[in-house]
Amino acid sequence: MSTTQAAIEPLPTSPRRRGGWRAVRERESLTGLVFVAPFIVGFILFSAIPMVASLVLSLTDFDPREPDEIHFIGLANYQQMLTDPVLHESLGVTLRFALLVVPLTLAAALGVAMLVNSKLLAGRNVFRTLFYMPMQIPLVASTIVWIGVLHATTGWLNYGLEAVGLPGPNWLQSTFWVGPALGLMGLWGIGNMMLIFLAGLQSVPTELYDAAKVDGAGSWASFRHVTLPMISPVLFYNLIIALIAAFQYFTQAFVVSNGRGDPDRATLFFNLNLYREAFGFFHMGYASALAWLLFVIVLGLTVVLFKTAGSWVFAGGER
Amino acid sequence: MTALARPIGRPRAASGPLRHHMRRFGAISAVTLVAATIVSAFLMPLAYMVATAFKDPSQLTAVDAPLYPAAPEVFVYQGKELKVYDVPTPDGTIHAWALLQPHREDAIFIDPANPGAGEITWIGRPRTLAQHWAFSLKVDNFTAAWETIDFPRLFLNTFGIAGLSTVGAVLSGICVAYGFSRFRFPGRNGLFILMLATIILPFQVTLIPSYALYLALGWVGTWWPLIIPHFFANAYNVFLLRQYFLTIPRELDEAAMIDGAGPFRILRSVIVPQAVPAIIAVTLFHFFWAWNEYFLPLIYLQGKPDLQPLAVGLARFNALYSQQPTLIQAAAIMAMLLPVVLFFLAQRAFMRGVVFGGVEK
Repeated sequence: MSTTQAAIEPLPTSPRRRGGWRAVRERESLTGLVFVAPFIVGFILFSAIPMVASLVLSLTDFDPREPDEIHFIGLANYQQMLTDPVLHESLGVTLRFALLVVPLTLAAALGVAMLVNSKLLAGRNVFRTLFYMPMQIPLVASTIVWIGVLHATTGWLNYGLEAVGLPGPNWLQSTFWVGPALGLMGLWGIGNMMLIFLAGLQSVPTELYDAAKVDGAGSWASFRHVTLPMISPVLFYNLIIALIAAFQYFTQAFVVSNGRGDPDRATLFFNLNLYREAFGFFHMGYASALAWLLFVIVLGLTVVLFKTAGSWVFAGGER
Repeated sequence: MTALARPIGRPRAASGPLRHHMRRFGAISAVTLVAATIVSAFLMPLAYMVATAFKDPSQLTAVDAPLYPAAPEVFVYQGKELKVYDVPTPDGTIHAWALLQPHREDAIFIDPANPGAGEITWIGRPRTLAQHWAFSLKVDNFTAAWETIDFPRLFLNTFGIAGLSTVGAVLSGICVAYGFSRFRFPGRNGLFILMLATIILPFQVTLIPSYALYLALGWVGTWWPLIIPHFFANAYNVFLLRQYFLTIPRELDEAAMIDGAGPFRILRSVIVPQAVPAIIAVTLFHFFWAWNEYFLPLIYLQGKPDLQPLAVGLARFNALYSQQPTLIQAAAIMAMLLPVVLFFLAQRAFMRGVVFGGVEK
């Protein structure tokens, strides 16, 4: 409406006139929308429509090999989830892994960040680069390297354990040890977390440490009462990212078990189970329902974390 | 530590500052040494990979074999190939001698370093001796792996997929970030939050309908599903670029506008040249991400080995040749070489980008 008006009217010589302002505003809106258009179109095509479609598919028995044989089956897929032992196992595997690997990687990333932030470390940039580097190795390649290192008889990890007199387990073939083995592998992915912790550590004002020292705080007390509260926002950010990543865990589990979840379903992570349902058995209706379960879990975790954040995440400047 | 416990008030020794420096130097050495130990343990798998890739397969299962690539040494003596053993002598030294004639309780050796000295008789059981290994690099693993997985094809496929999708991601990211950072339009904040919300939307939720759509379009088994969606901007890239664009002074835009430049012209000749570091970071992020990507190529290029990228080819190779670690580790080296070299070349820009994109959220 007003765009045509702007086209008919002579171009405003001075934007001080009310109509001129509006024309400028509208041209600006239009230009902005044109630039943002790729996102809007992409969101509709690749997020909004597929989301709705996946909700619809989750109420059917869609099989891509016979797309015409699709039936509406109501909530049967969701009902099946309640009694699907494989799904329950995969949830257990994923949950146990998250409980192990999230604290482990957070602690390792924070520890390494403090190490490479230390004024007593010579060549800090070299160390930062080296600790970050494994993240840049393609996941399939780094997993293959770790499969070799963790090999029961020819792997170097067990050589090392034997050298100090410990019996090396059969890491990847044992239902108990395969979880810790994947946790060890996960240490190679701490790079981003470490850098984000590092930035958080560097933004803590040194006066706070000086003040703590004056008050007689030792190094543990100043870590506990200065560092941790001050970096709690980045800790919170890293925690959310790590949790979401744990529920999306796929590539390492797939490569280690050749996609089967071996040994004895001990690496059948949620996502691997979803992949097998969708692209192994072509139960795409059920797999869509699984995807929604995953979404609800991830969203629920994020919401719970944000709810509890107020009690432990320190927001500087607020209040 | 001890110096700290010194009673206050006691006159400082003349060597105080020097002592302070010495103590600081000691602390720096200790911390650096600890860090070096940790980083060596952290990167140990890389040493394993390199060592294994250069080994002969027989070395992996051989008893007494060293960790580094080596071969049992042989010595040619009067036209005969003699095995070399580590032979202990009563004086406590160990010699690498070539076994000429074993007996039950003694043996005759030749010293390869000094064959002219003639036969040496040694008392002991030759069967208990360990073979002498000499450093030896085996390059055959690389040529074999190169041919078996058809490395040039996989490499070009990866490069093509990652390159094309990076072009799309960077171009669309720049456009959308420019729109969000420089123009006011109704619903801008809502749209921006919607875009950030897509970060927590698991890709599995959209996976199956997208797969069904691409199947209907005949795109399954082609590169299109791996490339086209990236031309529609990704939240991470837009966020990082927008944050950077906001730091570019608006006076620059206004000066160009007064000179008669339109929005596209301003983007091209003001914003983009000012935002080179952020654009480099986003390019690298996306390229590495695409180089790494495993799940989507796995499902969209299943059964199309000619079109698959390295990640998929390597995993397939790993499943087929799991009994031959030497081949597999050689292939792993070839697959990681380009990303790792690129990372070392651009690590500064790269690591700054991680922090810039991460902390501001």
